[in-house]
Amino acid sequence: MPEPETLSAGCILASLVLYALFGGADFGGGVWDLLGRGPRATDRRRLIAGAIGPVWETNHIWLIVAIVILFTAFPRAFAVVCTALFLPLTIVLAGIVLRGAAFAFHTYRLHEERGAGRWGAVFASASLVTPVFLGVVFGAISSGRIRAAGPLAFTGDVTTWLSPFPISVGFLALASFAFLAAVYLILETSDTGLREEFRRASLRSAAALVFLSGLTLALAAADAREFFRAFTGRSWSIPLVAADAAAAAGAIAFLALRRYPLARACAAGQVSLLLIGWGMAQYPYLVRPDVTVFSAAASPGTMRFLLLALAAGAALLFPAIFFLLRVFKWEAITGTPRRP
Amino acid sequence: MTELVVARAQMAMLFAFHILFAVAGMGMPVLMVIAERAHLRTGHPVYAELARRWAKGTAVLFAVGAVSGTVLSFELGLLWPRFMEFAGGVIGLPFALEGFAFFTEAIFLGIYLYGWDRVSPRLHLASGVLVALGGILSGIFVVTANAWMNSPAGFTLSGGRPIDVSPLAAMGNPSSATETIHMTLAAFVASGFAVAGIHAFLLLKNRENLFHRKALEIALAVGCTAALLQPLSGDMSARFVARNQPVKLAALEGQFETMRGAPLRIGGIPDVATRTTRFAIEVPKGMSLLAYHDPDARVRGLADFPRDEWPDPIPVHLAFQAMVAGGTTLALVSLVAAWFAWKKREGLFGRRFLIAVALCGPVGLLCVEAGWGVTEMGRQPWAIRGVMRTAEAVTPVGGLLLPFAFFSLLYLGLGAASVWLLRREVAASPFFPAAGDAADPPAPEGKE
Ligand code: HDD
Ligand code: HEM
Ligand code: HEM
Repeated sequence: MPEPETLSAGCILASLVLYALFGGADFGGGVWDLLGRGPRATDRRRLIAGAIGPVWETNHIWLIVAIVILFTAFPRAFAVVCTALFLPLTIVLAGIVLRGAAFAFHTYRLHEERGAGRWGAVFASASLVTPVFLGVVFGAISSGRIRAAGPLAFTGDVTTWLSPFPISVGFLALASFAFLAAVYLILETSDTGLREEFRRASLRSAAALVFLSGLTLALAAADAREFFRAFTGRSWSIPLVAADAAAAAGAIAFLALRRYPLARACAAGQVSLLLIGWGMAQYPYLVRPDVTVFSAAASPGTMRFLLLALAAGAALLFPAIFFLLRVFKWEAITGTPRRP
Repeated sequence: MTELVVARAQMAMLFAFHILFAVAGMGMPVLMVIAERAHLRTGHPVYAELARRWAKGTAVLFAVGAVSGTVLSFELGLLWPRFMEFAGGVIGLPFALEGFAFFTEAIFLGIYLYGWDRVSPRLHLASGVLVALGGILSGIFVVTANAWMNSPAGFTLSGGRPIDVSPLAAMGNPSSATETIHMTLAAFVASGFAVAGIHAFLLLKNRENLFHRKALEIALAVGCTAALLQPLSGDMSARFVARNQPVKLAALEGQFETMRGAPLRIGGIPDVATRTTRFAIEVPKGMSLLAYHDPDARVRGLADFPRDEWPDPIPVHLAFQAMVAGGTTLALVSLVAAWFAWKKREGLFGRRFLIAVALCGPVGLLCVEAGWGVTEMGRQPWAIRGVMRTAEAVTPVGGLLLPFAFFSLLYLGLGAASVWLLRREVAASPFFPAAGDAADPPAPEGKE
C-alpha cells in the first residue's frame, strides 16, 4: 500500500486525466467552433453545442476536484503555486468564466437566433486561451524555476513561467484538447459530410500534437533538465513513451481507416499516457525543486479523512456519471449516432 | 489603497456575486421539483410548463454559479495563500465534500434539463430532487468552512502551524449549526421571494394568467415558510454570537460601553471617536433581553476589547440593521400571505398584495448580502478568529488592482447578461387561461 501522500497525489493526477479527457475536450470543441468556417459552419456549431451541453458542467468539476484535493492534502503547494503563478492562473480563471458563461448563454440563443452571435465568439476565443495557460501552469511547476524554500517565504518573482518549456507545454495542451474534441465529435453525428470534416480536423491536430510533443521534449532537455531526466531516465520511461507513441500512431492509423471508435480509444489513451507520464516524472515533486508531496503534506488525520471521503464519493459518483453518459452519450459511445 | 484593502474588496465582490447564484442554486431546484410533482399529481400542463421554465432559468444561473464558484476556489489561494496554507489541511474536507455535492447537482441537472424525453417521468422527478439536495448540501458544506473561520476548532496550534488536525471536529465547530441553518433558510427566503416578486409583477399586468398564479403560489409557499422561520433562526444566531463572539455582537449592535440591561438600537450610526451610537431609537433593555433572554443581562461593549481587535462598527451595524429590517418585513408579508392562503385565496392575487410581493422581490437577496457583510466584516481584523489576522493572510503579489478591476468588469457584464437573458425568458412566458381554475385541485403545499 503506498503512503497516503502518494495516494492523494495519485487522486489529483486521476482527476486531471479525467478533466483532460472530458473537460479538455469541451475546450477543444470551442476551438473547432472558432475555426469553423465554410458552408457548414452553423451545422458544425450546432453539433458542438449539442455534444457539450448536457455534460460540460459535470466535466468541469474534475478541475475543481483536483484543486480541492490539492489544497486539502497539500496546502503549502497550493499556496506556492497560487503565488508564483498568480498571473497565468488568473488568466485561466478569466477564461473559465468567459467560456462557461458564454457557452450557457450561447446555447440559449442558438435555439432562436440560429448559431453565431457574440456569445459564440467569446466561447470560442476563451476556449483557445484557457488551455494554453493551463498548460503553462503545468509546465511551470515541473520546470524547476519556482523556488519556495523557507517556511512562509515566497520568492516574489511572478514571471518564472515565462520561459520556453512552460509555454510549449501550453500549446501542447491546446493541441491535445483540440485533437480529443475532433475525434470525439466524429462519433457525435451520422452526417457523413461533418464526419469527414472532423476527420480532417483530427488528422491536422494529430500532426500538431506530434510536432509539439517533440518540441516540448527537446525544450525540456534544455529548459527543464531535472524534469527531462526524470521523464526519460526512469525504468518506466521507455515502455511509457513507446506506449504513448503507439497510441498516437494507432489513432492516426484508425482515423485513416475510418475506424472511429478505435481511433477514439487510442486518442484518449494517448493523452492519458502523456499526462500520467508527466505525473510520474514529477513525483515526488509537486513544485520542482522545493515542494514535494511529503514536505507539503497536511496532517495524517486530514489525509485519512480525505481519502475516505474520496473513496466514498467515488462509489456514489461513478454510477451517477455512468447514468449520465448512458442517457446522453450512448449512441456516441457505441458508435451509432442518432439521425439528426 | 493598500494591497490588503484591494484584496479584501476583491474577495467581497467575488463572494457578493457568487452568493446570488448560489442562493438560486439552492432554492430554484426546490421550486421546479414542487411544480413537477404537482404536474405528476394533477396532470395539469401548467405545472409542466412551470417546471420547464424554472429549470431553464436554473440552468443559466447554475452555469454562472459554477464558474464564479470556480473562481472563488482559486482566489482563496491567489489572494490569501497564507490563509490557505494554514487552513487548507483543516477545512479542506468540507470543500472536498462540496465537490461531490456539485457533481450530484451538475449530473442530475444535465439529466433534468436535457432528459425530458429520455428518462421516465419518475426518474426525471428524482433527478430534480437530487439537484435540489446537491445544491442544499453544497451550501451547507461551504458554510461550515466559513463557520470555522469564526470559531476555529479541530486542531492544536504549534509553532504557527496546525497539528493534531481533526477535520470532522473542524466541520463541527460551534458556529456551524447556527450558520448553516440560517443560510439554508436564507436561500429559500431569497429565491422564494425573488421568484414570487417576478410573477407578482407580471400578474399585475394580467391577473388572469394561471401560469403566473401557480408560480406565485409555489414560490410564496417556499419563501414564506422560510421567512417565518428565519427570525427564529436569526435569534439563535444572535444569541450564539453574543456568547461566542462578544466583540462582533458589540459591533453589530453599536454597543460601546459594557453594561447591564443594554438597550436595543433601531437605526443609528456608531461614532468611533465619541464611542457612542447616535440617532438610534433605543428600546430599553431590549438587547439584553434579545441576546440573553434576560432584561438585566450584562452585555460587553467594544470598549471591553483591545482597540486593535475591533471590527469597524459602522458597516457591521448598518448591515445588521438592514438585514433585520428586511427579515422583519418579509416575515410580516409572509404572515399576511399565510392568512390569505388559509382563509381567502383570492387575496393572494389582490392588487395591493401583489404590489407588496413585487416590492419584496429583491429584499431577500439584499438580506443575504447584508448578513454576509455582518459575518465577514464583523470577524475583522481576523481571517481566522484569534489565530490569523487578515493582514497576515494576504498574498505578497502586488498590483492586485488590475485583476480586481478586471473581474469587477467581467462580473458586471456577466450579471447584466444573465439578467437580460432571464428577462427575455420571463417576457416570453406563456398564457394559460385561469378559467376552470376553481375545478382544479388545490395548489400544492410547499414542502421542502
Ligand atoms: C434572507 C436572508 C436573511 C434574513 C431575512 C435574515 N438573515 Fe441573518 N444572515 C443571513 C441572511 C438573513 C445570511 C446571509 O445568510 C447570514 C450570513 C452568515 C450566515 O450564517 O447567515 C446571516 C447572518 C446573521 C448573523 C451573524 C451570524 C454569525 O456571524 O455567526 C446574525 C446575528 C443574524 N443573521 C441575525 C438575523 C436576525 C435577528 C434576523 C431577523 C429577522 C435575520 N438575521 C434575518
Ligand atoms: C469559499 C467559499 C466558496 C467556494 C470556494 C465556492 C466554490 C464553488 C464552486 C467551485 C462551485 C462550482 C461547482 C460546479 O461546477 O457546479 C460553486 C457552486 C455553488 N456554490 Fe459555492 N463556493 C463558495 C461559497 C458558497 C456559499 C457561501 C454558498 C452558499 C451558501 C455556496 C453555494 C454554492 C452552490 C449552491 C453552488 C452550485 C452552483 C449553483 O447552483 O449556482 N457557495 N461554489
Ligand atoms: C457568500 C457570502 C460571503 C460574502 C458576501 C463574503 C464577503 C466577504 C467580505 C466582505 C470579505 C472581506 C472582509 C473585510 O474586508 O471586512 C471577505 C473575506 C473573506 N472571506 Fe468571505 N464572504 C462570504 C462567504 C465566505 C465563505 C463561505 C468563506 C469560506 C469558506 C469565506 C472566506 C473568506 C476569506 C478567507 C476571506 C479573506 C480573509 C478575511 O478577510 O477575513 N467567505 N468575504
